[in-house]
Order: sequence, then C-alpha cells, then structure tokens
Amino acid sequence: MGEKVLMKGNEAVAEAAIRAGCRHYFAYPITPQSELIEYMAKMMPKVNGTFLQAESEVAAINMVYGAAGCGKRVMTSSSSPGISLKMEGISYIAGANLPAVIVNVQRGGPGLGDIQPAQGDYFQATKGGGHGDYKLIVVAPSTVQEFADMADLAFDLADKYRNPVMILSDGLLGQMMEPVDFKPYKTEKEMEELDRQHFDWCMHPNQDEPNHHHHEINSLEIDPVVLEQHVIKLGQKYDRIVKNEIRFEEYKISEDNEYIIVAFGTAARIAKSAVDDLNENGINVGLFRPITLWPYPYDAVSKVITDKVKKVLVCELNLGQMVEDVKLGVNGKVPVEFLGKVGGMLFTPEEIMNKIKEI
Amino acid sequence: MEIIAQRPKSLTDLQFTYCPGCTHGISHRLIAEAIEELGLRNNIMGVAPVGCSVFAYKFFNCDMAEAAHGRAPAVATGMKRARPDMHVFTYQGDGDLAAIGTAEFIHAANRGEKISIFFINNAIYGMTGGQMAPTTLPGMKTSTSPYGRDEKDIGYPIQACEIISSLKAPYFIERVSLLSPQDILKAKKVVNKAMLFNKENRGFTFVEFVSTCPTNWGLTPAKAQQWAKENMLKFFPIGNFRDKSMEGGE
Ligand SMILES: Cc1ncc(C[n+]2csc(CCOP(=O)(O)OP(=O)(O)O)c2C)c(N)n1
Ligand code: SF4
Ligand SMILES: [Mg+2]
Repeated sequence: MGEKVLMKGNEAVAEAAIRAGCRHYFAYPITPQSELIEYMAKMMPKVNGTFLQAESEVAAINMVYGAAGCGKRVMTSSSSPGISLKMEGISYIAGANLPAVIVNVQRGGPGLGDIQPAQGDYFQATKGGGHGDYKLIVVAPSTVQEFADMADLAFDLADKYRNPVMILSDGLLGQMMEPVDFKPYKTEKEMEELDRQHFDWCMHPNQDEPNHHHHEINSLEIDPVVLEQHVIKLGQKYDRIVKNEIRFEEYKISEDNEYIIVAFGTAARIAKSAVDDLNENGINVGLFRPITLWPYPYDAVSKVITDKVKKVLVCELNLGQMVEDVKLGVNGKVPVEFLGKVGGMLFTPEEIMNKIKEI
Repeated sequence: MEIIAQRPKSLTDLQFTYCPGCTHGISHRLIAEAIEELGLRNNIMGVAPVGCSVFAYKFFNCDMAEAAHGRAPAVATGMKRARPDMHVFTYQGDGDLAAIGTAEFIHAANRGEKISIFFINNAIYGMTGGQMAPTTLPGMKTSTSPYGRDEKDIGYPIQACEIISSLKAPYFIERVSLLSPQDILKAKKVVNKAMLFNKENRGFTFVEFVSTCPTNWGLTPAKAQQWAKENMLKFFPIGNFRDKSMEGGE
C-alpha cells in the first residue's frame, strides 16, 4: 500500500492481477485493450509467469481452460468482438467448474462497431452469451482504482466458487489515467496456498504421489440423469453467489430523493457529476450504482424506491439493456425512464441533468 | 486385432465404447503402453477431443481434460504452460484436428509447443454418424457427400503431416498405419519415440495414425483394413517427415 501510481486502467488491472497471484495470461490483441496485453507481455517474464499471445481469442480462452484446469490463477482479456469469440470457452469453463478471470474492455458494436467506449455487452455478460445454463459473475468498475481492485476481487470470487468472473469495463476506463494504490504482491507462501486449495479437484500429476488418482476436467455428462444433477448443482452454486456476493454503491441516496439514477461503470461516473450538479440546483437526486451486474442487486434497487421517489432514470451507453433489470427491481412502483448513448459516444452530465428536468 | 495380452495400467478398467474392429482402441493401447514403459503415468496429463474418442478422458488413467471440439492443442498449451514440469498429450480425430481445430493445431505446432499430438485419421466423422471429413478421399461417399467427394468442388483431403512439415519448429512428425499387425508394431515404436521426446521436453511431436471406421464406411473390419490399405495409404503415405534427433547440431 501507499505507492500511488498514475496509470491507465488497462495497465492497472494487469498489474493488480499479477499482484493477486496471476502468473498465466493468454490473449489476442484488440483495441481498446491493447495496453493490457502489452503490459502483460512486458511484466510476466519478470515474475516467471506465462505470457502467450494466442492465435485467436478462441485459442486464448481454451488455453485459460487448460491452465485453470491445473489450478492456476489465469486471466485473459479482450474487447467486445473478441469476447464474442471467447463465449464458447466461457461456457466450457463454467460447465467444468473452473476459476478464471476475463476482462472485457468494451467498445462499440454490434459487429466490428468502433473502438470507442460502450456498454453494449451487458446482455452478453449477464444473461449468457455462451450456451447452456451457466452464470458468469460480472463486476463493473467505474474508476481506474476500482478496475485494479477488481482484479483481486475477481480472482478471489473465481476461486471461492470455482466459477469464471468477468470484469466488464470499457474503452474509457481502459484508456484513462488515474492514480492507483496497489495491494502488495502475494508472497511465495501465499501463492503456494492458492495452488493447494485446488489440489482436491485440479489436474496435478505428481511424482511424489504415485497413487494420485485421476482427475478429470470436463463439462460432458452424456447421461441426462447425471447431467441433470450436475446442472442442478451449478444452480445451487449460483444461488449461493446471489445470496453472498451482491455489491453496489449508493451515492447521495436518502429518504428524500425525488429521482433515482441507476447507472454502472463509466455511465455511473458521468452520472455522479450530474447528481452533484442537480442537488446543487435543488433537485434531490440519488445515484444507485450496481457493482455486481450478476448477481444483480434487485432488492437494493427496490429499497431505494421510497414513497418520495417520482421516477427512476437509467443511464447506459447502449440501447437500454439494463433497463429490464432495473424494472424488475422497481417492480412497477414508479416509472422507469431511459437515457442512452450508442456508437461509442458518451453523454455529458448536462444531458443527464436535462433529462431529469424533462421527466 | 488383439496384439497385447495385458491391459496397461495407464488405461482405466472401463470398457471402451468403440465399435468392434475400430482402430481407436489400438491407438489408445499404444499410447498407454508408451506412458507405462516410459514411467510417465504420474507425470503426464492428456486432453480428449470431441469425436468418437470423446471419452478418452475416462479411458486414460492419468489426469485428463475434455476439450471443446478442435481446441485440444490450445487446452494442452494452457496445461503445459501451467505445469512445465509435467508432460502433456492430446488425442484428436480428423474433424477435430483438421477442420474445426486447424488453427489451434497449426499454431501449437508452429510454436513448437512441448506436447504430443496423436491424430486418428479415419477419413470420416465417426461420432456424428459418417459425415464428410477434411480427410475424406476423393470420390468417397459419406452422408454429406452422397455422390462422392468431388475434389473440384470441395478440395482434396488435408494432409496434416505434410502441412506442418513446412513449419520449422516441430521436433518429430510421423505417419503410421494401424492396418496390419506389422504396421501396428512399427507404430508402437513411433509412439514410444514421440513420447520419449515429450518426456525429454524436446519439442512438438506429432503422430498421425491411418485408421479405419468400419461402421461408417459400411464395411467389415477386415474389409475396412483392406480398403484403407488400397486407398488411404495413397493419399496418406506412411513414413517419417521430421526427426530432429537425427539432425546434427540440434
Ligand atoms: C462446436 C461443435 N460443432 C460440432 C460438434 C459435433 N461433432 C461432434 S464429433 C464431430 C466430428 C468428429 O469427427 P472426428 O474428429 O473425425 O472424430 P471421429 O469421431 O471420427 O473419431 C462433430 C462434428 C460439436 N460437438 N461441437
Ligand atoms: S463410429 Fe467409427 S470411429 Fe467411431 S467407434 Fe465406431 S468404428 Fe470407431
Ligand atoms: Mg474421424
């Protein structure tokens, strides 16, 4: 602690991942996450880690599957089009109960879109993306510091639940520079401990343990009765995650709020300035910022809708993907309005203020 | 064709799921024996493909991962990088390796990834019921080439050994046949060699098995072998393509 460094989000999350014990990183270059892969290329050899530039995002995520199957802290990163390619592997990682961290530095879509910040992958991240009944834990930072802190959190959650975790950021957070406070590097002993916690299930052939029985890393269960049990167990794990891991921030939320803005990530960052300005202008507005996008803080959204609240405004850099979840939380108590920007464009705090005044 | 009396310890005691006369069982045994003979059982991990050998992760008695279709070389790369002190092999069919997984295969070879790939070329998609494979021979009828593979329309069979022979990194590349007891004995030597190089961390090793799929070829096992000898070996000549241990100054 104590060494504040001015860094881009992409570099900060990479540095924080290494400090959190990540020694294996596989990825394919794409804008706007290139600083991340470049940072890893530079730093991994210095910590005796693996940096490998894969032939594609498909290959990279399957390398992650292999390294995670060996019980190692492993990460990959990409931006939207590359994340689409990773979806196959993410489904297999989830199906095989493997811990892994995936960073999405989102850009404009669909298709090739552009290389500006966007939040158009909300549905893909939180509602599936890959095939089958699985859930990704999704966390969304809104500052460079939080982006870095989430590397540590993501690895801990991934290990705790043996589940893939996605850090859903965007081109703005990836590219902007802010001062960051880093946690210390994990010690050798802590690293060994991290390895050991996986020994009861991971692949770890071992000369000193000649009777080591065979471990399988697998998502296939050809017998429907067995697969049913497997998926039910996954469901129970997801229930535990919902119970324990919901995270959110309330900013200027009070009993007297007339309006509530709900936003995550970069959109929440912009909304914060709007909330300050609106309150100075005598309009009582609070900001609710989901930090975990899955599990989603439905109950917490519901709680901030007091009798005084007239309307809720959802601000996103997409066509309104999170609106559905906010509506589930609000549960019809008040109208839910939407302000969106797409194409990699950002709204200004003024636009948010005007929208609040208008509604 | 039973040439080995005892089941190697590197195979579990599960019954194979292969059809009678299928060569998958033979290649499993050859690999398992090499693991055993080289004392690798507690130092090796394998990757199973998607195909008839999808359950290879249950059959090999060592730590195993089941990969998505075609991705075994990438998964194996992740495993070898995570555990460089251990040895890693993949087992893949022709659809898996030479169609959907072409990129992963070629790039693992090109990196000189220190793994072994065992490639079972039966010129067909066995598991999904006999569709055309990238290795299906010209004129050969399959359920998705009902009039015979037309090489003018869909190209010639992919020759995996020849393709990666153009790359500098691979350490050992050889094609063997499982079509007669003599061939199988020769194949055994080749598998052991590839595994030995793997054990010594020398580099990327690749063994292609010219195999049969009597069920989807619609032939008896004996006729399938005869047919393969007469037709497959023309396109897929057996022989060594690369052995860096024989080159001076490696
Ligand atoms: C992504 C994906 N596409 C298609 C399939 C269906 N599939 C399963 S096995 C297979 C072909 C396997 O053929 P090959 O690799 O030659 O193995 P064989 O069964 O002949 O040993 C296909 C297409 C799948 N499992 N996954
Ligand atoms: S379908 Fe063909 S390849 Fe598959 S087990 Fe049967 S004979 Fe072997
Ligand atoms: Mg085949």
